[in-house]
Amino acid sequence: MPTKPAGTLYRGREGMWSWVGHRITGVVIFFFLLVHVLDTSLVRVSPEAYTAVIGAYKNPLMALGETGLVAAIVFHAFNGLRVIAIDFWKKGAKYQRQMLWTVLVLWLVVFGAFAIRHLSLALGGH
Amino acid sequence: MSTDIQTPRSGKIGSGKIAPQYRRGTGSKGNFEMFAWLFMRLSGVVLVVLIFGHLFVNLMVGEGIHGIDFGFVAGKWADPFWQFWDLAMLWLAMLHGTNGVRTIINDYAEKDATRLWLKVVLYAATVVIVVLGTLVIFTFNPCPVVNGVQLPGGFCPAP
Repeated sequence: MPTKPAGTLYRGREGMWSWVGHRITGVVIFFFLLVHVLDTSLVRVSPEAYTAVIGAYKNPLMALGETGLVAAIVFHAFNGLRVIAIDFWKKGAKYQRQMLWTVLVLWLVVFGAFAIRHLSLALGGH
Repeated sequence: MSTDIQTPRSGKIGSGKIAPQYRRGTGSKGNFEMFAWLFMRLSGVVLVVLIFGHLFVNLMVGEGIHGIDFGFVAGKWADPFWQFWDLAMLWLAMLHGTNGVRTIINDYAEKDATRLWLKVVLYAATVVIVVLGTLVIFTFNPCPVVNGVQLPGGFCPAP
């Protein structure tokens, strides 16, 4: 059975799965972006139209969706910086695995803080 | 007696040139793919700042999502700083996202016709969204008036 060549970055394990995660989060963010430009464009229709559609973002189910979206954005952002480090930093490829764990720790901290604040605002009643 | 061993895929020994059939980037596309690759990295760094700032200012401070309504948008776009911020975010995010999806289409759509049509749809959506978003940022009226009557909910200066 052939063994995995040493030093591959995108085949198997952390390198590959972070690449998969980067693609999936990227597509999710892109489709939200299309919708988000359209909903914001309603400010050009009338104040009431905008306020009505923004009201939809304020219900609890949407709050969970927004939290999931921000989870995707924060991962894509930090992992994107890791990809840049892999490509431009001389030792980037060597330390890609350690950098992924750094990304995940940063993700947990930043996303955790966002989730606590956003969900307590959105679900906390007003 | 020594023998020169040619480097694989090279042209004449010592010429320092790569044989034409193995040369990269001489096709009709020029350096487009290299610039697209570079653009993803440059725009990515800027987008981290723009989007984290956007999320923080809109959702984390004050009453967060409950503070967002027509007046909130009007207040932000009264300031050219936020107009420029949102414009930069719109263009960079759309181009970054479009190029990302273009890459995914190229990777997974195997038939030429499928690839072509998926990309036609993608580029059409991109143009519509970028043009629409740009127009909205620059033609926004915080105090809309229709037939001489102010629309309810507007953000009008005190008379």
